[in-house]
Amino acid sequence: MKALLSLLAGLLFGAGLILSGMTSPDRVMGFLDVAGHWDPSLAFVMAGAVMVATPLFMLANRKARLAACAADAPETDIDARLLGGAALFGIGWGLAGICPGPALVNVAIAPGLALPFAGAMMVGLLLTRARPSA
Amino acid sequence: MTLFSSYLPPLLGGAMIGLAAGGLRFFANEIAGISGIARAAVTGPRRGWCLAFVAGLLGAGLVAGRAGGAQAIAGLEHVSLGLLLIAGLCVGLGTGLGNGCTSGHGICGLARFSPRSLVAVLTFMATAALTVFLMRHVVQS
Repeated sequence: MKALLSLLAGLLFGAGLILSGMTSPDRVMGFLDVAGHWDPSLAFVMAGAVMVATPLFMLANRKARLAACAADAPETDIDARLLGGAALFGIGWGLAGICPGPALVNVAIAPGLALPFAGAMMVGLLLTRARPSA
Repeated sequence: MTLFSSYLPPLLGGAMIGLAAGGLRFFANEIAGISGIARAAVTGPRRGWCLAFVAGLLGAGLVAGRAGGAQAIAGLEHVSLGLLLIAGLCVGLGTGLGNGCTSGHGICGLARFSPRSLVAVLTFMATAALTVFLMRHVVQS
């Protein structure tokens, strides 16, 4: 049941990435290039996503409190690891215009073009260990 | 009209992403952070549902690929192999260390009002924009 739900969520998520333009390095670079011919349209991807996700997360929180078993993501400090990791991620995103979701979706669209990035990304991810219970 | 046609797909696509992330949180009590899911699909724990989620992402890509797909990945063909490898490694290491990416911090984190995620989003947006600025307007590679 959970696997089916996850499969459907992945399909919807991937279709959203493709429709929104997030899978195109040209579009992403146009959004990040604030000093050039800036294309702000991709800001609406995050805006639309957060607008829809927020009420669902709030409902989920209420449900979790009632069940008294909130398996929420761990809330740890704002530390050097978070800041350094986010900064490094931004540099990589800016270099090629690809973030992790589109990296995976693009492998199915054009494996020859997309596998080098996705492979290097997986190497980087596996070199870092997951936080306990994260 | 052009305004409408250029902003509607991002907004709709974003809403679909938000529905997927919110649905996963509500029904399965899981966070749709792609970098964490990609890693857990290999190493576990939680391997089962993470593999299913990745299969969904790939399924969406397969459908788009069948329907052409060139527009969906426009620009990918211009990025050199060396840059793809370096950028991919930075994205993997960075999201691994920072424990999240555009989806985990950017969507799920903001949707649950996490201060950590807000700081992460502002940080990676800033370094991404700075990187593009340096590459396009300073280095001109």
